[in-house]
Amino acid sequence: MPAQSIWTLLSWGPDGWSDDIASGVLVTIVLALATLPIGLTIGFFVAFAKQHEEPSLRLAANIYTTVFRGLPELVTLFLFFFGMPLLLQYIVRLFNPNATIDVNSFIAGMIVLSLIFSSYASEVFLSAFRAIPKGQYEGGYAIGLGKWQTMRLIILPQLIRIAFPGLENCWLSLLKDTSLVSVVNLAETLRQSGVAARVTKHAFLFYSVAALIFLALAILSSIATGQILRHLGRRAVR
Amino acid sequence: MSVSQAIVVDKPPPLARGWPRARIVGYALVGVWILFGLGIVAYLVYAWNPEFFARYAPAYLQGLGTTLALVSISMVLGAIFSLPVAYGRMSKNWLLSGLAYCYVYFFRGTPLLVQTYLVYYGVGSFRPELETVGLWWFFREAFYCGVFAFSLNTAAYQAEILRGAIESVPRGQWEGAASLGLHKLQTLRKVILPQAIIVALRPYGNELILMIKASAIVAIITVYDLMGNAKLAYAKSFDIQAYIWVAIVYLVMVEILRHGIEWIERRITVHLHR
Repeated sequence: MPAQSIWTLLSWGPDGWSDDIASGVLVTIVLALATLPIGLTIGFFVAFAKQHEEPSLRLAANIYTTVFRGLPELVTLFLFFFGMPLLLQYIVRLFNPNATIDVNSFIAGMIVLSLIFSSYASEVFLSAFRAIPKGQYEGGYAIGLGKWQTMRLIILPQLIRIAFPGLENCWLSLLKDTSLVSVVNLAETLRQSGVAARVTKHAFLFYSVAALIFLALAILSSIATGQILRHLGRRAVR
Repeated sequence: MSVSQAIVVDKPPPLARGWPRARIVGYALVGVWILFGLGIVAYLVYAWNPEFFARYAPAYLQGLGTTLALVSISMVLGAIFSLPVAYGRMSKNWLLSGLAYCYVYFFRGTPLLVQTYLVYYGVGSFRPELETVGLWWFFREAFYCGVFAFSLNTAAYQAEILRGAIESVPRGQWEGAASLGLHKLQTLRKVILPQAIIVALRPYGNELILMIKASAIVAIITVYDLMGNAKLAYAKSFDIQAYIWVAIVYLVMVEILRHGIEWIERRITVHLHR
């Protein structure tokens, strides 16, 4: 095989690897974006339960965060990726003895990342909940809003503004954690770069490319969150 | 009307302990956790295999040793290397601070897994060059590569912790110490650091916990740490309890550390509580 120049390797098309890596980047972004709403929702409800007056709710929520913040991400991922098919198969076989279950690595990754993201996000939401004075709730009830309405119309808008910087950090670590799903063969950025590295024997080049891509994604997200923050700030002033 | 009459007031009735919706949901969720825990215990009892245990328990113990060695060496090396980085971040020289900023941004902005690959596979691919420099023995070993990548990574995080803690001490403390005739190093050691440590303890503890969790990554570059041994055990036995045991070990380790840090924090902030 003739020695290929770096630019051929990085070109778009059959000789280069840019198109393969770009498809990986797309998977990374889709995975992170698909995880975000699920993680935010679970995180919000876990934080809600953590500051509730009912002790059993607090206990359940605390167990949740203890477990998913205490386990290494990789262990959680492997437990789900290998354990969930077994469990599902066991349950499904009760009804249909011949069924086989395969867990898609994208879905497994999404579930695991949501669990991890939500347990970190819940801490952020919790401190935001604590920063909102009790009078805000009382004011809501005083003007005749119900519990849910108070939450939605009065607490939530303030909560998001307070929690935003913390959530930005959670998002950045989510973006980095997506690389772990490459270990269970999801064709995302790192996996595709790894394939390119192995085939071309230019490991340093392709892993540097992967690192730069993650760096670029981080920079892009800080620009985007800066815009959103400015927007939120403008609304607060009015 | 005397005052004593006004003071006698009936106690308000105790709050009704009925079954509001929150309590039903809470009990149900706790029930789910209990079922889940019992399920795992039942599974471990049901799948109890003395042969599996006898075969892999020593490997797990040895893996635990590798994990702890990796984390402690990287933490210490990272702490040493974080000093110049933190100095650079706080320096007024734009070149120094720019370099330190780029370093920190790179290592905090890219996944640790990518950094580890970059060291183990990336730097390792320059074998002839490394052999001429005489560094091949270092980059050949996955464990050393792991330590190298982890130290650089944690140095970036620790530099930021250090910087934040030192900058959290008000400037008047520096000025006060200077007016007493202490020079800069003395000020740092005797005045600034004792106050900065209180601020830095919790982030340092979190960093240690994050490192222990992240250390599972080295299993992927063929280091037989705790996770690596679990992977091996699973590959040989196809028994999911390989991962369940390792999850329990990590969880216990992290919880012990977390409570230990809280205890230390309570101890060193006694003078702040009234």
